[in-house]
Amino acid sequence: MPDSLAGPLLRVENLVRSFGGIKATDNLSLDVLPGQLHAIIGPNGAGKTTLISQLTGQLMPNSGTIHFAGREITWLPSYQRSRLGLARSFQITCLLPDFTAADNVALAAQAHDGHSFRFWGAARKERHLRDAAQAALTRVGLARRADVLVSELSHGEQRELELAVALATKPKLLLLDEPMAGLGVTESARMVALLKELRKEVTIVLVEHDMEAVFALADRITVLVYGRVIASGDPNAIRTNEEVKRAYLGDQHVVVSHG
Amino acid sequence: MLVLVEQSLNGLQFGLLLFLLAAGLTLVFGIMDFVNLAHGSLYMMGAYFAATFVAWTGSFVLGILLALGATLLLGILLEFIALRHLYGRDHLDQVLATFGLILFFNDAVRLIWGPAGLSLPLPAWLTVPVQIVPGVFYPAYRLSIIVVALAVAALLYVVVMRTRIGMLIRAGASNREMIGALGINIKLLFTLVFGLGAALAGLAGLMQAPILTVQIGMGENILILAFVIIVIGGIGSIRGAFLAAIFVGMIDTLGRAFLPDLLRTVLSSAAASTAAPALSSMLIYLLMAIVLVVRPEGLFPAAKR
Amino acid sequence: MKPHINASNVIAALVALCLTLLPLYSAATGNIFILTLFTRIVIFALAAASLNLIMGYGGMMSFGHAAYLGIGGYAVGILAYEGIGSGFIQWPVALAVSALYAFVIGALSLRTRGVYFIMITLAFAQMAYYVTSGLSRYGGDDGLTIYKRSNFAGLIDLSNRVQFYYLCLACLFGGVYLIWRIVNSRFGMVVQGVRSNEQRMQAIGFHANRYRLVCFVISGTICGLAGALLANNTDFISPATMYWTRSGDLMVMVILGGMGSLFGPVIGTIVFLVLEEVLSQFTEYWALIMGPLLLLIVLFAHGGIMGVLGRLSRA
Repeated sequence: MPDSLAGPLLRVENLVRSFGGIKATDNLSLDVLPGQLHAIIGPNGAGKTTLISQLTGQLMPNSGTIHFAGREITWLPSYQRSRLGLARSFQITCLLPDFTAADNVALAAQAHDGHSFRFWGAARKERHLRDAAQAALTRVGLARRADVLVSELSHGEQRELELAVALATKPKLLLLDEPMAGLGVTESARMVALLKELRKEVTIVLVEHDMEAVFALADRITVLVYGRVIASGDPNAIRTNEEVKRAYLGDQHVVVSHG
Repeated sequence: MLVLVEQSLNGLQFGLLLFLLAAGLTLVFGIMDFVNLAHGSLYMMGAYFAATFVAWTGSFVLGILLALGATLLLGILLEFIALRHLYGRDHLDQVLATFGLILFFNDAVRLIWGPAGLSLPLPAWLTVPVQIVPGVFYPAYRLSIIVVALAVAALLYVVVMRTRIGMLIRAGASNREMIGALGINIKLLFTLVFGLGAALAGLAGLMQAPILTVQIGMGENILILAFVIIVIGGIGSIRGAFLAAIFVGMIDTLGRAFLPDLLRTVLSSAAASTAAPALSSMLIYLLMAIVLVVRPEGLFPAAKR
Repeated sequence: MKPHINASNVIAALVALCLTLLPLYSAATGNIFILTLFTRIVIFALAAASLNLIMGYGGMMSFGHAAYLGIGGYAVGILAYEGIGSGFIQWPVALAVSALYAFVIGALSLRTRGVYFIMITLAFAQMAYYVTSGLSRYGGDDGLTIYKRSNFAGLIDLSNRVQFYYLCLACLFGGVYLIWRIVNSRFGMVVQGVRSNEQRMQAIGFHANRYRLVCFVISGTICGLAGALLANNTDFISPATMYWTRSGDLMVMVILGGMGSLFGPVIGTIVFLVLEEVLSQFTEYWALIMGPLLLLIVLFAHGGIMGVLGRLSRA
């Protein structure tokens, strides 16, 4: 079906979500085209994480619709969206702390490999789950830390593991919520290099504060302010957009003018 | 009709007693995030202290006041020695440790006072029936329980809603980090709140003492009821505890009073008299289950955490 | 990689061996009392192991687990009273009713979390307690005497102390083995993952509550078996079997031995019940010592006996 192939992978229409009187998502519409890395930026409190949470089903919108791969998913619970190929990484690291890195990834692979109402065979001995986990860990450069407990991994390693877990669900779309948060310079550079590789294989929605990274990676950028889209376009268009400059005036316009 | 009035008053009285017990529990629960199974033991100790001190002093009022002070002291001591080390621990650890305390208190009581129960005789001036509406007499003592409990509830309301301590308590119940941020001596506040809770439990126990026998394990059933109440009312909410306590007291009392007759219309007499108390006890747990299924945070959750 | 020979595993193996050889010791010394005591211990160990499955591995703090002891027991007792003495009917019924009860209770309770879950499971167990107190045909509050133990068509004689002990022991070992397989299976990994971080498990595609509920039902069913054994052991069943303090005892056994350790609950049960027995021979007021002991264990021995052993063997 050439039509659905050409159409957006993710389509958000008129999404509204308010908390008390405050609209964290205000009549927001957004298209993510397949194969692109689509960055979402905006000042603090622009409603980026709220948007991601609605996309993944942790939070339900008040109104509006979300379509993914041609199917409406607005009201699906998060585990079903994951089954459809929507994966997320969390802004604040959200892993299984008392499991090893390999177990974390293997469980993600297991979730997308038949049902898990199997009570007898040892899961850790299932070859293809272990292989899948190892592959995802290798992908993010964590292969040698496979048997380390998550609680003993460094912050940077945990961010990478978040990514490996998301990858192991074989997603069509990867939603990354500030993967660079709290990373040092070297770790950030590694993460950017990694995302550059990944964008060749999977569609990515990237929420990020690190403007340098965003402009280096994104095919398309959407700017949110107070839950509304104020601009959307390729990095060059965004860089020169007056409204965007105004929104960022005072804190990050220096970075926006950066090359 | 007269029976209904009397039983409703009984229900109110029982509900108010339950409130005294639940108020302390919900405060400790809400503020310190501490599950105290031994709260029922404090209730029992209040009753034992009262029976002892009244016999000692020969004065009902003096004995009761002494008992109240003794329970307060015991609560503070208990908090100081053992329980404060359990704040911030897993709920399960708290359940286990205070379960151990129940075992301890039950046997301590058996050792000191013996396995047989005590009774707390009422002074003559509290046994006279009072005519509340023309033709309806109600025991003066039960009436005084209602009055005292209502007064304590009002006092508690004023303290919690109108004083600085109360403000801290409410702040603590909705957001624990905040009191720390305010630079308050949390340890002292916690000890005070725990002591207050213990005194309330003791008050409930000693007021109940003349009505029931003072015996080992008397705190256990009623503790479960108090837990049911704070869960129905919403953990940390005094108002929720009050309403739920009255509600539970009414259901329990009226159920016990009228269910046997109701059941007798469909069951044989013997079956009805066995089934009725069981059914009215069940009613409360059924109520709690329904509340939790519909509103998993209770009817009046103190605040979002 | 975990070493397979460590202090906890050695202790577990030794305890299992001692439990197996116990009837020989009893026969050699003529000490019947110890066999009676350990039959009880083995039955409660099975109940504690089942509780450990949801509490230790699933993170579901059930304060109403004694309800299954009662349900399993009443299934046997009521059927016996009604003249159905065959264990082949009694026991499957005991398991089925326990499973059904666990399914209903679990489906409702699992909507809540934390303390609310502790309380709602407690409330349901209390309901079960009051239901049985109201069964006037079956003795109500006073309970029901079981005049004939379950009859297994001559395969095994439950009235024979040694045979009955070995049956209980087989159930215990079978139960622990089953739990071990479950814990390491795909299903077990999911359940433990949900305990660790529910949100994460949902995000990678697991319907957390479905797995929790199945785990809850498995645990309840195993405990129902312990109930059927218990009723046969005491020849009696009463509402007191499911009183809330009994649920508390079970929790204590699990935590004492070590939550989330496979053999921990077995050891916890042995220590708890032997201690109770020994202390009560010393003094009538054994709880005076047991109570503070529990407090101290909570304060200082994190992870229970198996946890301490694990730390010792690593040190």
